[in-house]
Amino acid sequence: MVKFHDRIVALVFAIGLLVVAAGLAHAGPYEDALEKFTTDEFADTAEAVTEVATSGSPLAAPLIAALQDGRLQFSAKDKKVFIKTADDKLIDAETGKPFDGTPPDDLDTVRVNNRLRGVIEAANGALTLMAPDAGKRYESAQSVFKSRDAAVLPAVEKALEAEKVARVKKILNEARAAILLAADDTSAPDRIAAIEVIRARGDQDSLALLQSLPADLPADVRATANGAIKTVERNLALWNTVQNLWYGLSLGSVLLLAAIGLAITFGVMGVINMAHGEMVMLGAYTTYVVQDVIRTSYPGLFDYSLAFALPLAFLVAAIVGIIIERTVIRFLYGRPLETLLATWGISLVLMQAVRAVFGPTNKEVGNPSWMSGAFDLGGILITYNRMWIIVFTGIVFVALLAMLRFTRLGLEMRAVTQNRQMAAAVGIRTARIDALTFGLGSGIAGIAGVALSQIDNVSPNLGQGYIIDSFMVVVFGGVGNLWGTLVGALTLGIANKFLEPFAGAVLAKIAILVFIILFIQKRPRGMFALKGRAIEA
Amino acid sequence: MMSAHPLIRLLDRGSTLFLVLLGAFAIAIPVLNLLMPAGSALHVSTYFVALFGKYVCYGLLALSIDLIWGYVGILSLGHGAFFALGGYAMGMYLMRQIGDRGVYANPILPDFMVFLNWSELPIFWYGFNNFAYAMLMVLLVPGLLAFVFGWFAFRSRVTGVYLSIITQAMTYALLLGFFRNNFGFGGNNGLTDFKDILGFNVQADGTRNALLVISCLMLALCFLVCRAIVTSKFGKVLIGIRDAESRTRFLGYRVEAYKLFVFTVSACMAGIAGALYVPQVGIINPGEFAPANSIEAVIWVAVGGRGTLTGAVLGAFVVNYAKTFFTSGFLAPYWLFMLGGLFIGTTLFMPRGIIGTYNNWRANQADKKDAARDNAKNDAFPSAPPHAAE
Repeated sequence: MVKFHDRIVALVFAIGLLVVAAGLAHAGPYEDALEKFTTDEFADTAEAVTEVATSGSPLAAPLIAALQDGRLQFSAKDKKVFIKTADDKLIDAETGKPFDGTPPDDLDTVRVNNRLRGVIEAANGALTLMAPDAGKRYESAQSVFKSRDAAVLPAVEKALEAEKVARVKKILNEARAAILLAADDTSAPDRIAAIEVIRARGDQDSLALLQSLPADLPADVRATANGAIKTVERNLALWNTVQNLWYGLSLGSVLLLAAIGLAITFGVMGVINMAHGEMVMLGAYTTYVVQDVIRTSYPGLFDYSLAFALPLAFLVAAIVGIIIERTVIRFLYGRPLETLLATWGISLVLMQAVRAVFGPTNKEVGNPSWMSGAFDLGGILITYNRMWIIVFTGIVFVALLAMLRFTRLGLEMRAVTQNRQMAAAVGIRTARIDALTFGLGSGIAGIAGVALSQIDNVSPNLGQGYIIDSFMVVVFGGVGNLWGTLVGALTLGIANKFLEPFAGAVLAKIAILVFIILFIQKRPRGMFALKGRAIEA
Repeated sequence: MMSAHPLIRLLDRGSTLFLVLLGAFAIAIPVLNLLMPAGSALHVSTYFVALFGKYVCYGLLALSIDLIWGYVGILSLGHGAFFALGGYAMGMYLMRQIGDRGVYANPILPDFMVFLNWSELPIFWYGFNNFAYAMLMVLLVPGLLAFVFGWFAFRSRVTGVYLSIITQAMTYALLLGFFRNNFGFGGNNGLTDFKDILGFNVQADGTRNALLVISCLMLALCFLVCRAIVTSKFGKVLIGIRDAESRTRFLGYRVEAYKLFVFTVSACMAGIAGALYVPQVGIINPGEFAPANSIEAVIWVAVGGRGTLTGAVLGAFVVNYAKTFFTSGFLAPYWLFMLGGLFIGTTLFMPRGIIGTYNNWRANQADKKDAARDNAKNDAFPSAPPHAAE
């Protein structure tokens, strides 16, 4: 019996709760807020917008969108709010159902002013905090973090409770902390907690936020904030260094790619090839032609265009290189200065030839889809094309190293580099090796051109921009050893990028040039010089 | 030959011919320009006077390159830098002479400084209103740069292509620097709009002719200096360095001191050439520092004949006349092909250049004549060097 009685009581109590809940639902924050739209006062409208946005009602989003577009209408007499649809039908804002009575005769549009537009923006931000798409939620949390609008705080807290995705949750938490910090009436412990959260975020925005804190904070909060500023600054400096390293690596790999062929020909033949830059240019133009053919005939293959361009560019540049070696350079052996002049002449001819065929303007070379775009890594932005060029350079370098180390041609090339006469005496056909070396060096310049076409303008002057830098790499690194070229290129690239913030791009370059001119005094044959009798003439 | 009177050594037949020809031009051109009426068939246009003056400056630049390349084997790919520095020194003097006649009518500051909102003259511009000081700088700035650069380079035995490459880097670095506005040399636009030099209007015919005559005089003077250097005992050591540097060093000569001296003299000459060039063309801008310009100057020497001095000047005239001729007509798009071909052709087929080839041919003729006359053992004529030092 007692049990039964208890059950009755429980049931009655439950029903009562339900009724109360239903009653609450009927006169919830959303419905309460609606009334404020009907007063025709901006201040009331602003309040209503914020309340609607934080109410969590599914009708909130369309209502605010309607307000933004001037489609929200009200009747002061009936205290009712309607959403006008695109085809002039009315929707009851309270129920979300089409309104099928006669519209009240004092129907008017809810007016919006500039201040209100700001409020609406913030409300939209708060609304998308609850959007079903995690990406959208993330973005909107980011924008809340930046705006730090105190009005959105309830929405943020609500979203925080509901959020399941860790990434979004983290940023929501940060947004909440930012709002708390920016608000005047936050308690000291709350502030300290918020500062901790911001400190953990640790980017430029966090630093700005922490630095903008008012001066008259309680001592303990102030101390935490100062500590956090220091941490964030240190963190940023670290990322800055990483970023400089990355840019330097990127520049260094480009230099390496351009200089490595030069290093081979200079090492083996003692020939400075002033037309080397033009081999790079030929490679870039080969890429252009390949892409042009693909674009017009086989557009589906565009993403593979570089795969076709690479071997072709190698072949084109290598063949031109071998022709140059056979027709000009081989007659000038033992006269390096004349070779320098003759190859300069060749470079003029090649540039002018390309200008005559393709015109003097820049040619459009596209990035395949897998090379465009970028991603964030910690505090730095990494573009795919730079990343792939670094990877590509690494592959070329290793392949070349392996070729020199493990193939017969490589062995013979090393022999000729070390001592031409002895190599000839043991039966190596040095003339053939010269031609092949020149072809190889030029071919590598050609594939460097494919890579450079992805990040630089393809014009007849492309090669000229790299030639002096390539010389510097070779002179700095020393000849006869590819590691010298690698270290030289990366050192120059990274040094350049670290100097740039202090001195500007041009002065950084000048400083590097002066440094190399001085460096040559200490080690006239570069960092990794060949040693032995064969070197000194 | 060796024991002849110094003056005879200084002025062999070719040199005398060169000086006579130069003198003839220096007299004939101003006379024909100033005294002949404009309609006369013998009248020489002012355009030609300026053009010839420009060539003379190029000739002087080529001479300075030949002194170090032809006789010491130093291939500088940065001599355009010394030329341009001399030009800038002269340009700064000319800028100061504009006074308040500039667009902004500032009596002290050149227009570009007013434009950049500078309030006072930078210290390195002080004194350039004085002609003598400016002329001193024309010699001193290139000379000092060459001295410092050469001191570092030669002492640590940077030779051959390495030296060529770092001289190229030097001019490239200067190019980048002078392009900057805050360097204080007019940035991209350089120095221009000159009004007068020593009180004479730079545009006037009389001034142009005077500049031409002065250029010819300076060329002749520098030529004599070069001849004096290369025909002296000092010059023999230079040739020794060119042909066998290590051996010369082992014989006890301080190779680096010899090189440094000649390199510095050569840079001063290039500076003079630049200083004379600027008032005649009316502008100096960073483009003069371009590595391509320096290499082009080297090819003048190669075409004329390195190690002959007269050949360098001849080469400068021939190549630049060809350039003027071809770049103005319908052949303009092909000029770079021709210039490139010139580089290749000269090095492959005529490594001694025009004068060197001619000397060779004459030596052969003389040999043949000797052989025909007395059938005796022929006495080899000392001729131009067959090839580079290394």
